[in-house]
Amino acid sequence: MSLISRVFLVAILSLTGLAARADINMPVGVTPISKEVFGLHMLIFWICCVIGVLVFGVMFYSMFKHRKSKGAVAADFHESTVVEIIWTAVPLVILIAMAIPAAKTLIAMEDTSDAEVTVKITGYQWKWHYEYLDSGINYYSSLDAEHNAARQVGSGIDVGQFENYLKEVDNPLVLPVGKKVRFLHTSADVIHSWWVPDLAVKKDAIPGFINENWALIEEPGTYRGKCTELCGRDHGFMPVVVEALPADEYDAWVAENAPVEEVQVTESASATAVASVDDDREWNMEELVAAGEGVYVTHCASCHQADGAGLAGAFPAITGSAIATGDHAAHIDIVYAGKTGTAMAAFADRLSNSDMAAVLTYQRNALGNSVGDVIQPSAIKALR
Amino acid sequence: MKTGPHMLLAGKLTMLSLAMFAFGYVVMPPLYNIICDITGLNGRTNSAAVAAPDGTVISDRTITVEFVSVINSSAAWSFKPVVQTMEVVPGKTYTTNYIAKNLSSGPAVGQAVPSVAPSSAAKYFNKIECFCFTKQEFAGRAEKEMPLIFFVEPDLPRSIDTITLSYTYFNTGEEPENLSDS
Amino acid sequence: MSTAAAGHHDHDDHDHGPAKGWTRWLYTTNHKDIGTLYLLFALVMFFIGGGMALIIRAELFQPGLQLVDPLFFNSMTTMHALVMIFGVVMPAFVGLANWMIPMMIGGPDMALPRLNNWSFWIMPFAFLLLLSTLFMEGGGPAGGWTLYAPLSLQGGNSFAFVIFSIHFMGISSVMGSINIVATIFNMRAPGMSLMQMPLFVWTWLITAYLLIAVIPVLAGAVTMLLTDRFFGTSFFNAAGGGDPVMYQHIFWFFGHPEVYILILPAFGIISSIIPTFARKPLFGYASMVYATASIAFLSFIVWAHHMFTVGMPLAGEMFFMFATMMISVPTGVKVFNWIATMWRGSMTFETPMLFAIGFLVMFTIGGLSGLMLAITPADIQYHDTYFVVAHFHYVLVPGAIYSIMAATYYWMPKWTGNMYDEKWGKIHFWVSTVFLNVLFFPMHFVGLAGMPRRIPDYNLQFADWNAVATIGAFGFGFSQLIFVWVIYKCIKGGEKATDEVWEGADGLEWTVPSPAPYHTFEKPPAQYS
Repeated sequence: MSLISRVFLVAILSLTGLAARADINMPVGVTPISKEVFGLHMLIFWICCVIGVLVFGVMFYSMFKHRKSKGAVAADFHESTVVEIIWTAVPLVILIAMAIPAAKTLIAMEDTSDAEVTVKITGYQWKWHYEYLDSGINYYSSLDAEHNAARQVGSGIDVGQFENYLKEVDNPLVLPVGKKVRFLHTSADVIHSWWVPDLAVKKDAIPGFINENWALIEEPGTYRGKCTELCGRDHGFMPVVVEALPADEYDAWVAENAPVEEVQVTESASATAVASVDDDREWNMEELVAAGEGVYVTHCASCHQADGAGLAGAFPAITGSAIATGDHAAHIDIVYAGKTGTAMAAFADRLSNSDMAAVLTYQRNALGNSVGDVIQPSAIKALR
Repeated sequence: MKTGPHMLLAGKLTMLSLAMFAFGYVVMPPLYNIICDITGLNGRTNSAAVAAPDGTVISDRTITVEFVSVINSSAAWSFKPVVQTMEVVPGKTYTTNYIAKNLSSGPAVGQAVPSVAPSSAAKYFNKIECFCFTKQEFAGRAEKEMPLIFFVEPDLPRSIDTITLSYTYFNTGEEPENLSDS
Repeated sequence: MSTAAAGHHDHDDHDHGPAKGWTRWLYTTNHKDIGTLYLLFALVMFFIGGGMALIIRAELFQPGLQLVDPLFFNSMTTMHALVMIFGVVMPAFVGLANWMIPMMIGGPDMALPRLNNWSFWIMPFAFLLLLSTLFMEGGGPAGGWTLYAPLSLQGGNSFAFVIFSIHFMGISSVMGSINIVATIFNMRAPGMSLMQMPLFVWTWLITAYLLIAVIPVLAGAVTMLLTDRFFGTSFFNAAGGGDPVMYQHIFWFFGHPEVYILILPAFGIISSIIPTFARKPLFGYASMVYATASIAFLSFIVWAHHMFTVGMPLAGEMFFMFATMMISVPTGVKVFNWIATMWRGSMTFETPMLFAIGFLVMFTIGGLSGLMLAITPADIQYHDTYFVVAHFHYVLVPGAIYSIMAATYYWMPKWTGNMYDEKWGKIHFWVSTVFLNVLFFPMHFVGLAGMPRRIPDYNLQFADWNAVATIGAFGFGFSQLIFVWVIYKCIKGGEKATDEVWEGADGLEWTVPSPAPYHTFEKPPAQYS
């Protein structure tokens, strides 16, 4: 074996070894589709490598041999129809050969029929909402609170302590293993994109429109992904976590979490906004402010900033704002119903009565404001 | 060198660029909507009522129609289908309802936007009557039950066994003109 | 850059040389002056856009947010792209076209000199407007350079300035293109047929048509954004019967031809340089012209490959996959032709040739990753990750930017009359190339491993390669100071260049003296008639 072919072989082997490393290559994934996609990816990668070796090989040979300093004299040919036809036709054949398996995978990806579980995924700035159409379970899923605190500019928290930094959520999406799951994607504000590399599922969530795709997870485990369509300030901070459970554990999870039928019909849009006994009692200021701080950090601080100063021109300040220091009705209304035409969303179906009362009271009595009054959960309950 | 031929050519090229602007600004949006209507490209269904089927062609199979609701962040509404799913025979006409409630204290105007998944099913899903054809005006905290009458065309491709109909409810931001209706 | 050497040709009714004082640059209608202005403008913007890139890379040096607010980070990625595309690559190509096309086709000037002056002087104002939004309330545009609705509509009132600045840039580009087409059709030396034109002229002719066809479409799209944001229309608002996906279709109908606008003139430059230093005529001239034309045509029917995740019908996805793969055929033909030009030549490796070869190697790498991206099922995994970032930076930086640098080294002796410093030119090439690969190659890895683009902070698994990329970015950024230094030295003095400059040079621009006199070819060259 010549030296060149030995070097070549070593290069190929080390590349093959590297291809299996998760930190530099696409994951193989845990669904039939993700495995096919990985196969296609590696196939086209090797084809590109071969083309690259051939093209660069000829080029560097020529650069080495045909240099003036080596006494090369320029030839004078500048045309050859035969050669031109060959190097037009050969790539064409390679492409067609490549397109056939790709088309097969594409057809399989689009076939959403016979799904056993359907989950509607709604993108919000900047969290996900999951709704199981079959069981009625629905909840929000947002970045883990500790990670959220650590990622603030100048937080002083060492992000190295989190193993899955920015890839951890409060409520992961729970899915069964071995069942075909259909995803419906949509959005409540701007375009998002729901991506889990291990499932090879990436689909845009577009306001007003619904998209679908599917996955059949073959192994239990936790699979992590991200929003991949730029969706505003906290685009980088809305992770996706999927927890795949064996079928029996999944069924147990559904049984435990399925909402009571009656609540679903009479209560407003979301089970997270479910009424609780807490709503009827009288809360004191300290309780509300303490609870409100957590709600503020999770839901408000992204735009209005942790210190309430807002971002000039983009997001108004809470500190000293006419609404947050004015009368109750207007303050409640803007948080409850949002402000059309701005980034201010309606929180009616996102916050429970006590959370909304707490955050309102917090805004009035912290962040540099000191109105000194409280808004009770019962006042919010009365609106519903 | 005379400037005559230059100006002539420059004039033609300016016309070309103006024509391309018109193509982008005036022609493309309606063209896109026409293409979407014909092909169901973006999963949108008919935006005006169609006539009911004459009932002569009835399919021999049933498909599942799922009803889904999304509330856009611009709106403080509660918005739900009365039933989650229906078993439907293509060619027959069905009726269902959605319930919307304005959660805010002031009046508001809402608009439902329909979308169908898979998008290839959109052109087979026909609405005879739909609340999405018009805007709805709500007094503060008012609630409405809104009807939807539809049928699925019998020549729906065999590969489709489930159609998901999603409505996203938006606040149009307009002032209600005619609240006596509600 | 063009020193005030009086022309030694016959003069009829023209001035004898440039006017005195700074107003020369304001009122000039001379194609060489305007070319110089465009090139200097592009150089300044290159450092502004590069500074933004360094802010991005500095924030991404390690996980956690250390330096900037995420919203400012987003406006940096947005502005970096707008500045580099509209403020660097396009003006630089127009500058080269101004300088070289009249000299290459044996014409005395551009066809419409006064229009030429306007189309340049709009640019600084457009960019002043764009950059000033960074200092306005609400900050600069932060929805990505694609300005996707509805996100871009959430911004502050400064959004109107962004739209107007895009309109101004567009008007400037279209006027420049009209001028170039008119020059090429009407100002050629008598007897020079289209198929005798140098390839740089050919690629610019096709590029100019692309610009005239698609820039107005962009203008239409952003006008719709403007009226949606401020005047209550709902082109892209689903509630009013619009569709945000339609914006993407219109945008990429402009955007994909735009990608070729950024690379076709580069093909022309490389096709001039490689034959010179291989001392051998370009292989397959006619097939190069046809390949350029087919790339331009195909660029109009592949736009939706930027949108494979928005939910298209299967047939649409298939069509756009096949059409996209098809583009690699004429592009491949070009690469093969360049290699065949080198084959059995008599090569030397001066700085322009080094940059041309750097272009050839790294543009091919970018082209191959482009082929991978064309495979729709795989694209669904690649889409909007750093793999895409790596891909388009490989075709744009060692592609478009390297071709501009190659052109600068190649023609600078003709512009200034002095040879540049060969040693520092070569150092510039090697330092840039090493750092460029340190910067962009690891992006393939983090992209495949799952890092989305346009995020200011990331998981620890991506930390090592991001640190490497940031080191590469600062190395690449600062090594461009060498480029400025070489240009400065070359303008100031140096070894006198001969008229032919390069031993193997071929073309009309090498028949005029070095430095090129203020007016050239007032009498057309004789060899074509």
